[in-house]
Amino acid sequence: MGAKDYIGSLFLKELLQGLVVTGRHFFQRKLTIQYPEEKTPQSPRFRGLHALRRDERGEERCVACKLCEAICPAMAISIDVAEREDGSRRTTRYDIDYSKCIFCGFCEEACPVDAIVETPIFEFHGEARGELYYSKQMLLAIGERYKERIDADKAADAKYR
Amino acid sequence: MDAILQPVADFFGPTLWLVVWSLVKIFALLVPLLVCVAYMTYAERKIIGFMQVRLGPNRTGPLGLLQPIADALKLLFKEVVIPSGASKGLYVIGPILALAPSLAAWAVVPVGDGLVVANVNAGLLLLLAIASIEVYGVIIAGWATNSKYAFLGAMRAAAQMVSYEVALGFSLICVLMISGSLNFSDIVNSQNVGFFHDKGVSFLSWNWLPLLPLFVVYFISGVAETNRAPFDVVEGESEIVAGHMVEYSGMAFALFFLAEYANMILVSAVTALLFLGGWLSPVGFLPDGFYWMAIKTAFFLFMFLWIRATFPRFRYDQIMRLGWKVFVPITLVWVVVVAVWMISPWSIWQNVPVMAGH
Repeated sequence: MGAKDYIGSLFLKELLQGLVVTGRHFFQRKLTIQYPEEKTPQSPRFRGLHALRRDERGEERCVACKLCEAICPAMAISIDVAEREDGSRRTTRYDIDYSKCIFCGFCEEACPVDAIVETPIFEFHGEARGELYYSKQMLLAIGERYKERIDADKAADAKYR
Repeated sequence: MDAILQPVADFFGPTLWLVVWSLVKIFALLVPLLVCVAYMTYAERKIIGFMQVRLGPNRTGPLGLLQPIADALKLLFKEVVIPSGASKGLYVIGPILALAPSLAAWAVVPVGDGLVVANVNAGLLLLLAIASIEVYGVIIAGWATNSKYAFLGAMRAAAQMVSYEVALGFSLICVLMISGSLNFSDIVNSQNVGFFHDKGVSFLSWNWLPLLPLFVVYFISGVAETNRAPFDVVEGESEIVAGHMVEYSGMAFALFFLAEYANMILVSAVTALLFLGGWLSPVGFLPDGFYWMAIKTAFFLFMFLWIRATFPRFRYDQIMRLGWKVFVPITLVWVVVVAVWMISPWSIWQNVPVMAGH
């Protein structure tokens, strides 16, 4: 340690420099986002709650290929299949257990008909066991309710896919 | 004031009145003090939050001002869990023994001219003696909980507090030498004389300027003495969980917290009294008064929080090195320097009233 360093440490030079730094931050504009009132911007790619989509005629897109069920790493999706009266292949059960789902987005990527998608909705909860188990009706309802938003998000992201 | 109090004093009789009047004075001091302690926790969270570019508590009441009350209520209603291996009597005494001295020490600390519970002659000595008892609360708590982390924390606390009391004592000796009194009021009044005081800039004749190194050493030792960051190896949450407080919950834990913050306010107040002229006005044209004392104490409390927000925790051996190999020599040298200065022809303390008699 040279004489200069010794004098510096005796007069607390670096400690005072440190105090100046925190002193400056004291008056800086605060970065806190006050959550329920303020929210951070979201990407159209955000992976939140799932939705089952319908096509232009109002028919459900899902053809019960079970690719999403197969790829799901958390095994959160359960699908039962049956033939409908008109002869098309449809699901009779399409359940997602949100206590298992890890929101990886593989189901959306695997889907050949863009039936299952993830929406930017993240503010949902369950207060009892089983309340996070979403049935086909609930997923279809989410798709209908947030149709515009889902369509806009998918259109915004389409050119990067 | 006396005219109103006289009938009440007659009603109680001289002996009982002494007790009643002392109790009134104690309550008048302790209630605002405990409110200050509660809001010190709020100020700490808010100021450190601001220095970390976030907002701090702001949801409980306007600006989060009810936060300390909510915290106190929460702690009051929590159960005090006594560990099965603990020594029950000592376990309960620990937090009480930590808080009691830090409140008792306020008896001799004047908050304004004559505003003191007990204006004793050897006030500074009494304060040092009471402050030394504080370490017992920590040691007893650490021992009684029968936990290795608590015990480690208590051992660290004992070594650290004893070491820094040496440097603290030496810097106080210099203050004693130049003011010639152990009484706080005399120490404060002795700062109000000198060249700069006559020129109307009293704050330059206060003790902090001629005793600058001791002022710095005293304050840093005060931080170490209260086990605050960056000297908080006693709690060291990343090393030994919470030190001596690790097995305490509810109100018993709250007492340790109160003791820590009461100590902070005590050290700040004493620093303001000894080095910044207590209730004296910094410039000639403004009147002296209690509010100057409050402002100076608040300044040192802010320094406590500022330091905590800035510096990382010392390693334990570094704390010991700083205490014994830096502070003790510096203060020792300055005791000699001040002593020589005082008897030299350049002494600036010849006009101090208490010295004039010698």
